Amino acid sequence: MLHTFVVHVEDRPGVLNRVSSLFRRRAFNISSLTVGPTDKAGVSRMTIVADTDDGGAARIEANLYKLVSVLRVENITAIPAVCRDLAMIKVAAPAETRTELIHLVHVFRARVVDVAPESLVIEITGTEEKIDGLVDVLRPYGVLEMARTGRVAMARGSAAAGNARAAAAAAGAADGNGRGRLSEDDNSIYSV
Amino acid sequence: MKKTGAEIIWECLLREGVTHVFGYPGGAILPTYDAMWHYPILHVLVRHEQGATHMADGYARASGGVGVAIATSGPGATNMVTGIATAMLDSSPIVCITGQVGSKLIGSDAFQEVDITGVTLPITKHNYLVTHAEDVARSMREAFHIARTGRPGPVLVDVTKDAQQASCEFDWDAAAPQLPGYRPPLRSPAPEYQKALELLNSAERPLILAGHGILMSGGMRQVKDLAEKACIPVATTLLGIGSFPASHPLNLGMMGMHGEAWVNHAIQEADLLIALGMRFDDRVTGNLKTYAPLARKIHVEVDRAEINKNVKVDAALVGDLRAVLDEMLPAVRPAHHPEWLARIEELKGHSAVRDIQNLPDDGHLYAAHVIHDLWRVTGGIALVVTDVGQHQMWEAQYYKHDHPRSLITSGGLGTMGFALPAAIGAKVARPDAEVWAVVGDGGFQMTMAELATLAQEKLDVKIAIINNGYLGMVRQWQEFFYGGRYAATPLLNPDFVQLAQAFGIRGECITRRAEVVPAVREARTRPGPVVLDFRVEKEDSVYPMIPAGASLHQMIRRPSPIVETAQDA
Repeated sequence: MLHTFVVHVEDRPGVLNRVSSLFRRRAFNISSLTVGPTDKAGVSRMTIVADTDDGGAARIEANLYKLVSVLRVENITAIPAVCRDLAMIKVAAPAETRTELIHLVHVFRARVVDVAPESLVIEITGTEEKIDGLVDVLRPYGVLEMARTGRVAMARGSAAAGNARAAAAAAGAADGNGRGRLSEDDNSIYSV
Repeated sequence: MKKTGAEIIWECLLREGVTHVFGYPGGAILPTYDAMWHYPILHVLVRHEQGATHMADGYARASGGVGVAIATSGPGATNMVTGIATAMLDSSPIVCITGQVGSKLIGSDAFQEVDITGVTLPITKHNYLVTHAEDVARSMREAFHIARTGRPGPVLVDVTKDAQQASCEFDWDAAAPQLPGYRPPLRSPAPEYQKALELLNSAERPLILAGHGILMSGGMRQVKDLAEKACIPVATTLLGIGSFPASHPLNLGMMGMHGEAWVNHAIQEADLLIALGMRFDDRVTGNLKTYAPLARKIHVEVDRAEINKNVKVDAALVGDLRAVLDEMLPAVRPAHHPEWLARIEELKGHSAVRDIQNLPDDGHLYAAHVIHDLWRVTGGIALVVTDVGQHQMWEAQYYKHDHPRSLITSGGLGTMGFALPAAIGAKVARPDAEVWAVVGDGGFQMTMAELATLAQEKLDVKIAIINNGYLGMVRQWQEFFYGGRYAATPLLNPDFVQLAQAFGIRGECITRRAEVVPAVREARTRPGPVVLDFRVEKEDSVYPMIPAGASLHQMIRRPSPIVETAQDA
């Protein structure tokens, strides 16, 4: 099954290489990997999705911790989390189908970000399933090009899941499933 | 005070307690070599950079400290790769310092430029590319800290030529390691200890699996206390040899592919395995599906990533082995396991008459005899460094090691060519030890250029070549599993005696059993290096043997008839 890891790393040259090399060397498949800055200077955040079983996930976590540049690893697969993907889809849009397409964009709460004589660029943010859903609907019209970011994820609640885990670990439950408090379910905002 | 980056490298080495480095100069590391004169650190000039890394490795394993190897950029650095990987697989703390082309040239395919931090990324515990003199001190300090703490391992520091040449303020204290992502392993929670103790105190057929981690954490006494308190027999891994005295009545011997038959049978019959600082390597477990089917498992290990990697365990105690055992020991209930010990005696009795007693004393020279006699003549106190192959397994079977750090061998990577340079490193680390390199004729020829290093440094290393004119272990596999088709395994060897003499080293050729003891005695009485060329039986095999992927109890046993010899009594 797919496991989602949030990995905080030192923002140093070569760190992305170290992380991706680890997955290759230990023969784990990365489904997606995103990286970007955090609110803290010098700290980057990666969201890594890997296809493995629970034992494999535990080993990925332990091996990530062995990398000197890795600060914190959270496997958020089993805890409530917000997962998002961003896609830009260029779709053929001659005059006769354009209205229909724009209607679909509204239904999916996506946005048209570029209009050209024969095509549109549609931007959509949401879960992978939602984006896949839009792509399926657009495909008959002719998808010309697509770019997706891969999953970014964050545990729900005001306390970061990692902090809860760290606190639990300090109290002597190294492998306890520490969980952050849940916020209101905001899924409705994004649902189709 | 102001120092050049090159000087800072030496200042750091000095402060880290380094007394010897093993290296080979070249263009990009020249500034560092030029600064060497001002520091009281002895440099051993090797003949190939692979040798430098093995020497640093041998030095580290013999001393318990950190070994240091130095090389230039490009080919100097890539020649280190095998030695770095060897140290990585066997968790040996070494620091490799390489020169790199000027920082402005990086990425331009400059002369002797290679991305060595990229190349060594998967085979180092960590590595650094240093492009500013200001960063040299911190990188060096962090490198030593990372190499020697936790699960030890190799660290490479690649320093550009301009970073070596530039000057900056050197402040040792201000360069203290800053490693927010590098922490000691989490302590296992109390319930895990409770669980381990319950398993331990209720076991009827417990067995300790003693690994390399015991030596690295210095937990020999704790392991002995545990074994004696609860009367638990001990089996060792190849690298765990020496962690528990071979002559101790509870020591069963080595486990695994070429382990003692009764040890492997005992593992299959045990109801509890207590794995101490070992990692359930495939050479130890054989087929995982049938491995120790009756046993619950306790795993004491410093590296959390090893837990449940190959064998699923019932209780995992992560942390420094010595500290974990110190914590457990008071709660371990004294026990005797008379039935279990009697059962193991029984296994020894009918399933495993010693190999050496099976060998006919028919005038032929068997490697087992050579090792056995070497053990007897040296009184078991030598520091033996082996290469990889048949002789390595015979050494492990027939040389009885009572002392920690008295066997140094390439286990995980199985690096041929390891023995001679590693023995040189070991001798540098422990000049008072009697150091023997036991090496096959194949592996010896991979790094025999280091005989020149041995001669130049006037080091007293004795070399025993177990010469069977074959790549023996590969030949054995060809005999057992490839229909006896000896593709590319017969060797046409040089005359090793004359070869040694060319390096100014005394050599002697031994062809009969009766000559072994006098030759070893003679070698011991003469100061300085000696090469003994033992012409052993050409097509002998190592027994017992578990074929790769087979179950532990499916061993191939020696087919020859039993002939006991007076000399072995």
